[in-house]
Amino acid sequence: MSGTPGNEPSHVTLSGVDRNYEGPPVVHALGPIDLQIRTGEFFSVVGPSGCGKSTLLDVLCGLVRPTSGSVRFEGKELHGEVPDGVGVVFQEDSSMRWLSVRQNVAFGLRTSSLSQQEIAERVEHAIRFMGLMQFADHYPAQLSGGMRQRVCIARTLVLRPRLILLDEPFGALDQQTRLLMGDELLRLWRETGATVVLITHALDEAAMLSDRVGVMSARPGRFIDMVETRWPRERDSRIVSEPNFGALTARLWSSLREESLKTMGRVA
Amino acid sequence: MTRRRAALLVRIALLAGLVLLLEICCRTGIVDPLTVIPPSEMFASMIERVSSGELDEGIIQTFSTIALAFVLAVVSGTLGGVLLHRQSRLRDIVDPLLASYYSVPTFIFYPLLVALLGLGKAPLVSLGVLSAAPAVMISTLSGLDGVSPVLLKLARVHRLSPARTLWWIVLPDALPRLFSGLKLALSYALIGVIAGEFILSGTGLGYSISYAYQSFDNRAMYGLMLFVLLVAVIANGVLYVWEGRLARRRSTG
Amino acid sequence: MSDVSLEDALSKVARARRVRALDATLLTLLILAVWQAVGIWTRGVAIAPPLQTLAYLFDLFGTAMFWNHAAATLYAFFLAFVLASLIGLALGLIFGVHRFTGEVAEPILAGFYTIPKVTLYPVVLLIFGLGLSAKVAFGVMHGLVPMTLFTMGAVRSLPPVLIRTAKVLRLSPVRTMLWVLLPACLPDVVNGLRISFSLTMLGVLIGEMFSSQRGLGFLLVNGMAQNNVPLSTAVVLIIVVLAIAANTLMLRLARLTAHR
Repeated sequence: MSGTPGNEPSHVTLSGVDRNYEGPPVVHALGPIDLQIRTGEFFSVVGPSGCGKSTLLDVLCGLVRPTSGSVRFEGKELHGEVPDGVGVVFQEDSSMRWLSVRQNVAFGLRTSSLSQQEIAERVEHAIRFMGLMQFADHYPAQLSGGMRQRVCIARTLVLRPRLILLDEPFGALDQQTRLLMGDELLRLWRETGATVVLITHALDEAAMLSDRVGVMSARPGRFIDMVETRWPRERDSRIVSEPNFGALTARLWSSLREESLKTMGRVA
Repeated sequence: MTRRRAALLVRIALLAGLVLLLEICCRTGIVDPLTVIPPSEMFASMIERVSSGELDEGIIQTFSTIALAFVLAVVSGTLGGVLLHRQSRLRDIVDPLLASYYSVPTFIFYPLLVALLGLGKAPLVSLGVLSAAPAVMISTLSGLDGVSPVLLKLARVHRLSPARTLWWIVLPDALPRLFSGLKLALSYALIGVIAGEFILSGTGLGYSISYAYQSFDNRAMYGLMLFVLLVAVIANGVLYVWEGRLARRRSTG
Repeated sequence: MSDVSLEDALSKVARARRVRALDATLLTLLILAVWQAVGIWTRGVAIAPPLQTLAYLFDLFGTAMFWNHAAATLYAFFLAFVLASLIGLALGLIFGVHRFTGEVAEPILAGFYTIPKVTLYPVVLLIFGLGLSAKVAFGVMHGLVPMTLFTMGAVRSLPPVLIRTAKVLRLSPVRTMLWVLLPACLPDVVNGLRISFSLTMLGVLIGEMFSSQRGLGFLLVNGMAQNNVPLSTAVVLIIVVLAIAANTLMLRLARLTAHR
């Protein structure tokens, strides 16, 4: 559905990206990172806590400028601004408490030049897609955590982004809800044809949902392994019954285990 | 019945009980009638004065002064708060002043204001503004500080201009805290103006109370007092309820 | 790399401190300049210029009269503050622990906070007459409610697990209050004391302005009545300095106890 302008084979390219935080003390949070994310790919990032996963997301969407190296989205370099066509779902609840669900979802289109009718259509479609029809006129305070995240996803959807970034969106949810939300995410990915980058700490989630999983080291985060899952495009959470699933998760853990131990030692 | 309703009923009963007690004490002479008159008399006196129209001039005077002081305080306080929020160096200087501001009785400057601005509305309005504006400034700062960082990130993801970020995200999120500032501003402006009228003025409700006291006209004094207190309680009460509604919509349970 | 960054960081902190000191000095000079300007512009009718005020102040410090008045104010204030704090503390603890009573009381207390208490002054004077008791009554009237509200808020925001722990340890209500609640609430209580301090002082001063022949408040009003502008300016200066000093001290105290 979404073609990439220019002839770049990758949708997002990070070259030699480093990110430091000024102190004192100076913290080398991320890098060096060399990464190419293919158009339409479902790419997940796993890693120990504090490894810089969230920083990576900030860099990917242009919220933060890398200390060195470059980020290219659809062939154009990012300079500390979020480009058009990128949607982000944050870890924390970013629903706006003073707006109803419908108004929250419509928020993304406030600055667009679409007609009122087109906006209403898109909003209704997104609400239906995320299963929020019953609650369209409720306020976020009246909804559960999972539903609030669905509102945030719906709000991202109406913009028809070509790249969707999600930072541990299901972190606060219980396991069953997570699995179902994973299915929703796959459905969303297939229907929009967008490139999806998912940051998660749940290895099974990454193994189940993605085309490719990047394993990050402890801080400063670098990619120490890239695992291709080779799943068919039409998939859902029942893929856990595939024999390959166990092997994939095992491989992710074996790459990750030592890094996690390093982080634990540091924290303790 | 809900707990809130139960508390409300107990409160009303309690207050009614106290008023009744006072009434009885006054009527039976336990309380000296030269000191405190029975509540029923206070109420009657108030109704007399209000309906006879003799208070009209004072009402217009006092409330217009309060309204003016309130508006000026809110505008200057908000602008000041926004300015300080953006200029961190200026804020670092002013913060300790703001923190100590309300520890100084602003009242003591009133004679100075009169000497500077003459008698009349100006010193009263100034006193009201001096009392109320810093509260607005403080709550504006706190409101702007408290905007959740994830919403600011969201604004950048949606590529909103600074003006739109302020109007669509910052202000709505900060609204409950800003509203608390408004409540305080009204209450301080009211207190400041009436206190000023009481001490050093020739007109207004505050002055009328003082005059009645000095003329030993207890009945008039208590009637006026009741009126002013009722207005204050109702005005603040309305804002309080409004504030509660605003908060309830936004928070769980 | 880290050595250079550390030096950079330290010099940045030192530079920030210098900037702040400079700004504070500039601000003080600005205030003094405005004060001087206003004093000259009004030709000493409203406010005396800084130097004249300071000179008068030093003279004042040499008189017995001044210290008599200051002592009167301090005595009344001390009485009022002790009363307001203790009663406020007790009420606040009760209202905080016994939720329903607190819920009933809170709007009444909040309402009292917002009414122009000046309208009640004649009543206080009628009840207490002129003199010390009226002054103390004024002070308590102003300082009691904030102390109660702050203490109440502090107790309410305690994690419930603390009270449950006290119950498991079978502590008596008094011991629960003294050994568990009070220490846990200390920072908020200190803040309440701070606010109550200023307001009690306000109440006492106002009481002196209305109903007394002694005290700093009286001195202020007297100065105005006699058109003794340096006197009234000097008294205002003393009050302002005292208020800010006390407030700053208690802010520090609150910060210290917060670290526990």
